[in-house]
Order: sequence, then structure tokens, then C-alpha cells
Amino acid sequence: MTKETHSLSNRRPATRWVARFRLFIHYGDRPWNTLTISMSVLTILLVLAIGILLWRDSAGSRAVSGLNFIKPTSDASWNPVSGEFQAWPFIYGTLVTSLFSLVLAVPISLGVAIFLAELCPEWLRAPLGGIFELLAAIPSVIYGLWGIFVFLPNMVEPVGKFLGSILGQIPVLNVIFRGPIPASGASLLAAAFILSIMITPTITAITRDVFLAIPVSQREASLALGSTRWETIWKVLIPYGLSGILGAVILGLGRALGETMAVTMVVGNSIGGSLSLLKPGYTMSSIIANEFAEAVSPLHTQALLEVGLILFIMTLLLNILARLLVWRVGRGNVQGARA
Amino acid sequence: MSSETNVWLGASTKQLIQSRTGYRRRKFTNTVMSTITALFTLAALSVLFWIIIYVLIKGFQYLNLDFFIHLPRPLGISGGGVLNAIEGTIILTILASLFAIIPGILAAYYVAYNPNTPLGIAVRFGTDVLSGVPSIIIGLFCYALIVKYQGHYSALAGSVALAILMLPTIIRTTEEMIKLVPHTLREGSLALGSPEWKTAISVSLPAASQGIITGILLGIARASGETAPLLFTALGNDNYEVGKIITAGLANHKGIFAILGSIVTQPVDSLPLTLWKYAQQPYPERINQSWAAALVLMILVLSLNIFTRVWVQVRANRMQGK
Repeated sequence: MTKETHSLSNRRPATRWVARFRLFIHYGDRPWNTLTISMSVLTILLVLAIGILLWRDSAGSRAVSGLNFIKPTSDASWNPVSGEFQAWPFIYGTLVTSLFSLVLAVPISLGVAIFLAELCPEWLRAPLGGIFELLAAIPSVIYGLWGIFVFLPNMVEPVGKFLGSILGQIPVLNVIFRGPIPASGASLLAAAFILSIMITPTITAITRDVFLAIPVSQREASLALGSTRWETIWKVLIPYGLSGILGAVILGLGRALGETMAVTMVVGNSIGGSLSLLKPGYTMSSIIANEFAEAVSPLHTQALLEVGLILFIMTLLLNILARLLVWRVGRGNVQGARA
Repeated sequence: MSSETNVWLGASTKQLIQSRTGYRRRKFTNTVMSTITALFTLAALSVLFWIIIYVLIKGFQYLNLDFFIHLPRPLGISGGGVLNAIEGTIILTILASLFAIIPGILAAYYVAYNPNTPLGIAVRFGTDVLSGVPSIIIGLFCYALIVKYQGHYSALAGSVALAILMLPTIIRTTEEMIKLVPHTLREGSLALGSPEWKTAISVSLPAASQGIITGILLGIARASGETAPLLFTALGNDNYEVGKIITAGLANHKGIFAILGSIVTQPVDSLPLTLWKYAQQPYPERINQSWAAALVLMILVLSLNIFTRVWVQVRANRMQGK
């Protein structure tokens, strides 16, 4: 198309400056394309650069601690003074809170998504969906503040007491439900509860989009065979959209792993080494949030950067997996996951 | 006769089918499960309203004019505010938008028209992955990238971190909006002989401009609520006051760039950062202020979100000719 522009100038004799200007317009595409392509490459480079920089800057800690850093132990030490760093308690805290939050959030999100996509009246769908997106938009610190002063004393503490008194008696479960829960309610359980509230909108939104992307013919065929609505949902729609739903769950998990502020405010921040959900603990993101700005020795900084590196790799792998699963169903309008 | 048979047959087959297929049980399951999904929805909604209403009540109780116009004062002295945090939030957001908007739009333009080239796929994938990177990791990245070399915490480092957080939102929304622009518009412009870049700047992007602004606003909403990436990039600064910096700069006969530089290279505070710090202090005074900060922050973020969503809906309706 640019050639035509050039040949147009043959019709009217142009002055030198006009010719130069036309030449500039003619070749303007090259800088424009370079610009758009380089900006596109920049976004990919950003992801790579995060990994590379974290890897490079945690070199000292990786050399000193080696595999001991992530080895599961019951008496891990995290001592900036003596320079001993073992991150297992944080990894455990992150994993256990995220997985437990999934246990709570997945059934609820699935239920809400089914209601929004299949069961609720048409006119209610858009406003309800919008309201759930607002739930995802509330900043993490506000969840934390509300958690400390409202949710923990009124909800987590009684529930924790109840769980401790019931499940704390059962032989295997009493390892993770050994009470009593502290009076403030700050514990791994509290973090898991807050996380489940925060990831519910994420999982719901993607699952709803997955349901809405399923062709109507699937529903009609199932209903025509005489199934009830619920049988259609349970035996046709969920198997059809399973990979997308799985992707949504994994994205939720990724968000739960990286969530920082709200968790730091309610998790209790103690390296106790207790496996119990009802005890205060620490997560990978909260140790970084609490100690990084105050870290004095280079080794301490590097150890925290290594914790960050592990967290980054975990979320990166989960994200790649989840996106591949969701993309298979069709690229839904995924609300950006906040962490 | 025949009708009698039919009635007889009908009744029996109906009974037969109902007993063989467990119709009652299936219908019961259907009702129970539908009710459960509705109850789950209600439960999730009630948590949302619990949070919003609690923050509204607590926040309005402690919000006053001092909150907006004074710097923090020592404990026990009344009349302190969080002016530093409000100004810091504004500066950080403006800077982050400056860094994120143009690269975001350019990348989105490329992706929108080359969605299936290797680079296009890689960028779409990279954007999705970038939006899933925890914000605290982005904070660490900006620390390693900027703070370490600069040697001190600064608004610049904080705003770069926020810009990286905004980027995926802007790219994704802009991409969707450019795709919505009718192809005839772009082709018309190209057919008239204007080159690609001129078509982009004067046809495609203006046609999508409202949608792009929506994306930018959503990005700002996301960035302005973030705390984690600012913890060790912007750090916080109790004495940050743009007015004072400017008057001091003018008194020392500094140039405009030197003044802007000193605004940008200092550590700054932001509302979520202040909220976090105050919420952990054992003084009721500070905690009350953090409720007020939560209110301001929530109203800012939610109104940006509601505004953009309503706007998009209205626009979509208008385009469909409703």
C-alpha cells in the first residue's frame, strides 16, 4: 500500500520539501513497526528478566545454603545473625495455606459460577458478575485490615476452636489441627480463610467464562435426552469444560501462593515449626514483606531473594500450566490476577 | 375407546418411567443442588457487603479534613493527616501511567493485528503470565534493577514496579478494544493511501480510544491499591510534601528539571503503605487513621471499577443500537 503513496507524487510535481515529507511518510512504517515489535518483545523480556535478576542476585545464598535451604526439617533455623537460613517453614506455610484455601474456595466458586452461568435469570447475570469482579478489585491491605479486626475475632477464632476440639482428637488429623488457636485468631487457618475469600472471584470469573463458552447444543442435547438441569450441568457441562475449570483452579492457586499483604497481616508471623493450621506461621511472601527492607547483611538479603526466586518459579510454572489449560477452551476474558 | 387406552397407557408409562428412572429422586437432587449454588452465591455476596459496609462505617467515623491536608504528627498530638501518602499515591500513579501507557498500547496494537504470529502468541502468553507474577516478586525485581544501583529507595523505583503491574491490564484491554474497531475503517484508510503508522495513529487508535482509556483506568485502579511492590522500592516517607519541595527548590533557584528530579528520586509514601504500617501499630489513633485510609482507598478503587464497567456497558449497548 505504501508504493501507491509514492507513485501518487508523480501526478503533481512536488517541491523538494514535500517530496522529503512524502518519503518520511513512506518510510514511517519501518520505525512504527520496530516500535510496536520492540514493545511487544519488552513484555516477554520482563518475565525473563525477573527470573534472571532473582537468580543472579541470590547467588551468594544459593552457594552457602545449597539444598539445605529448601529441605523439609522440623527444626529449621532462620537466623540473620549467625547466617543460617532454611526456608522450609515458609514453603510449608505457603503450600498449606494455599491448598487449604482451595479446599474452601473451589466448591464455592464452582457453585457460584454454575449459578451465574446456568441457573440465574438472564437479567441478574451481568450485575452479579460485576459485583463479583468488585470483590476481586478490593485491595489486599483492606482485606488484611478487615481480617485483623473483624474476621479473625468473629469468625476464625470460634471456627478454629471448634475444629481443634473436634478434629484435634482424631489420630492423623490432629497433626494439622492441634489446638488451641491463639485468642487473636492469627494463624495459618486465618490466612487460608482470607485467601479463599480473595481467590473465589478469580476462580468464579474464569469458570463462568468457561461455562458460557460451551455450545448451547450440548445443553439442548442433554435436556432432550430427558436429563434434569443439574444432570446436564454435572454430567455434560462440567466434563466438557473440565480443562478450563482446572485451569481456573490452578490460576487461583497461583494467586493464593503469591498473595502478600492480607496474609502477612493475619498469619501471625512466627517461625514456630508447628505443622498445625491452628498455630501462627509464616509464608514465603510474608517473610519477604516483613524482613526485606530491614535486612542488613548481604546474605540475609540474598536468602530473601532466593525465597522470592522459589516463589517466582512456583507461580510461573502454575501460571503456564493454567494458561495452557484455559487457552484450550478458548481465550476467556480473564480478569487480571492480583497478588 | 382409543382415548381410554391412551389415558391408561399414559398413566402407566408415566409411573413406569418415574419409578425406573428415579424421577422423584432426580428432581429432588436438581432442586437441592440448584438451591445450594444460590446459597453459595448469597454467602459470597454477603462477605463482600460485610467488608464494604464495615469499612464504610468505620472509615466515615474517623475521616476528617485534617486527614487530607496535614502531614502525620507524633502520637498524642491531634490533627495529623496523611497528606504525604495522598501526594505520594498521586505521584506514583502518574509516573507509573507514564511508563506503562505508551508501551502497553504499542504492544497491544501489534498483538491485535498479528495475533497468530509466533511473536503475537508469545506476547499474549507472556502478558498472561506477567499478570500472574506475584506483586511482591515485582517489588524484588525493581529493587534489584533500580534501588540497588541508585543506592536509595525512590518514587521512581516504586512507579516502575506499579507500571509493570499495570502493563498486562492495559495490553489486554487495548487489544480487545482494537479488535472491536471495524475492519472497514482501517481498510478504508489504507485504501486512501495512508501508511500503516498513520492509519494506526489517526484511525485505529482513536476509534478504540474510549476502550483504551477504560483499560488505563482499570490499570490505575489495580496499581493504586498495591502495597507489596512498594515495600522496598518506595519505602515510605513521613515528610514528603510536594509543595515544600517546590518552594525549597524555587528558593534555591533550581531549574524545573532539578525540582522534578528531587520529587521523583525521594522515597515516598502511599495510602496502602500507610494503611499497612498503621494497622500494625498498637495505638488506637493510628488504627483509626488506617480505617480512614482504607475508606479513601476503597472508594477510589471501587468507583474507578464501577465507572469503567458501566461505561463499557453503555458503549456496548450504543454500538448494538439499543
